[in-house]
Amino acid sequence: MENVAEEQKSLREIKTRGEFLERFLKLSLGFWALFAGFLFPILAGLILLYEARLAIEKFGFIHFLTHTNWDPVQEDFGAATMVFGTVISTILSMLIAAPVAIGIAIFITELSPKWFKPIVSTAVELLAAIPSIIYGLWGFFILVPVMATKVEPWLQDKLGDVPLIGKLFQGTPTGVDVLTTSLVLSIMIIPFMASVVRDAFNMVPPIMKESAYGLGATKWEVIRHVVIPYTASGIAGGLILSAGRALGETMAVTFLAGNNPQIPTSLLDSFTTITVALANQFTEADTDIYLSALYYVGLLLYLVSFAMLGIAKFMVLRLEKRWKV
Amino acid sequence: MIETQTTLKTHMEVKNLNFYYGSHQALKNINMPIYDRKVTALIGPSGCGKTTLLRCLNRMHDLYPNNRYEGEILLDGESIFNMDVIDLRSRVGMVFQKPTPFPMSIFDNVAFGLKLKGIKGTELKDRVEKALKDAALWDEVKDRLKDSAFSLSGGQQQRLCIARAIAVEPEVLLFDEPTSALDPISTAKIEELIVELKKRITIVIVTHNMQQAARISDYTGFMYLGELIEFNPTEKIFTKPDKKLTEDYVTGRFG
Repeated sequence: MENVAEEQKSLREIKTRGEFLERFLKLSLGFWALFAGFLFPILAGLILLYEARLAIEKFGFIHFLTHTNWDPVQEDFGAATMVFGTVISTILSMLIAAPVAIGIAIFITELSPKWFKPIVSTAVELLAAIPSIIYGLWGFFILVPVMATKVEPWLQDKLGDVPLIGKLFQGTPTGVDVLTTSLVLSIMIIPFMASVVRDAFNMVPPIMKESAYGLGATKWEVIRHVVIPYTASGIAGGLILSAGRALGETMAVTFLAGNNPQIPTSLLDSFTTITVALANQFTEADTDIYLSALYYVGLLLYLVSFAMLGIAKFMVLRLEKRWKV
Repeated sequence: MIETQTTLKTHMEVKNLNFYYGSHQALKNINMPIYDRKVTALIGPSGCGKTTLLRCLNRMHDLYPNNRYEGEILLDGESIFNMDVIDLRSRVGMVFQKPTPFPMSIFDNVAFGLKLKGIKGTELKDRVEKALKDAALWDEVKDRLKDSAFSLSGGQQQRLCIARAIAVEPEVLLFDEPTSALDPISTAKIEELIVELKKRITIVIVTHNMQQAARISDYTGFMYLGELIEFNPTEKIFTKPDKKLTEDYVTGRFG
């Protein structure tokens, strides 16, 4: 009798221990998920907001966003040049990177011979492992001279006189400009984009492709009309991830943008971005309002990132709704 | 029976066909006629090679490396291995075990194969409408041709896939267990459709369901372990087959 009772007791103990463990795991993991996914971003935003309060009071929101003057001596601060630079370099790098990344993904999933796939995949992923300062150094010492002496004069020569487009290629080709920055940024985000898009392509059910082949479609027609539309939301997801990276990229851009607070009117103009301004100026900020203005710029980056990712996420959801009822 | 036999025309013919997935031999010396505008069913237990044989008929295996054919398959007397594979597949269409609508509208799904052939404008519209009518789907979708194909039910999606396949007017249509994912009512509709289609199209159907083969096919091939054990008129297969193994299978003694 005693034995049985004891056995039951220990069984109960094991059971309660199991329950405790489960509850503990649920609570602690739940807390970390909540913290990382929810509290931390909000906390970071609040801190930025708090630190930027002086500048917010002084310059307001619309004025700060649209004012192009950034003058620490007169303590007159506007972030338009940086916000514009961040947005434009992100968009341009996406425009360059997207076709290349999608091309790489198509090659890996559909065209490459089997033995070659892991080699290309690994090579592309290695690109993502290179620290961004290396991209910056490489860009500044290798790419900038080539751009300044060969590529940009050539572009200017060929496209400079074309109406409308020609405007984008005016100015002295220095290599330290919007074009070079976007190019290096695009190289940095290609691996991310390509691997997400590749994974999306791999998820297309073979039977789906076979159905198209069964109708007499060629490989290209299957890719164009079935694989790409079927994975549209995955592709968009890849673009979002990379946009996030391009928005926040600092080191490489600091080398290549020229840190010139102006709105660039040509691809060959130097410019600045939010991250460049922050990286360069925090150590120089010697007045409260200067420091606060920098925090305010950081807050803008935070908001721009949220807005861009939010819009992109919304687009993905809409795509998914449209096709996967 | 004798009367139909005399007017039979062989549309496709499988001759001494061996098929290998890498080093694994999946089909062993298959010989079989496929008669013009008849329904030929392939039955047999899982893994017997019936789907493999079906996929040989439009060279679907070409899509994957290390697959190898030996022997001959003729379409109207011409070897399919000498044909352009794109041409072959528009002459020999295929419907799969699960509905596979493309991520586009109902209209565009049916128009897909036609557009690939360069058909446009009113001809395109007319042929999409005709295909949907032939697939007995027109009345259900005529007011929502612009909707996503994913908004249709499973049975409707499968009929859409049939419409898509017949829109390009193939001579032969291959069905790979077309009703395995469908409910009984949808299944009955598809079966009716197949019987209707055989007036103009030669049909080969792989099925797990022996009753289905008995209901809709004119000829039946029984396969086992990569071999074609018996090929005969369906009635004979199900009443007095030549081979003991066939009898055991159709009477449910194994399988």
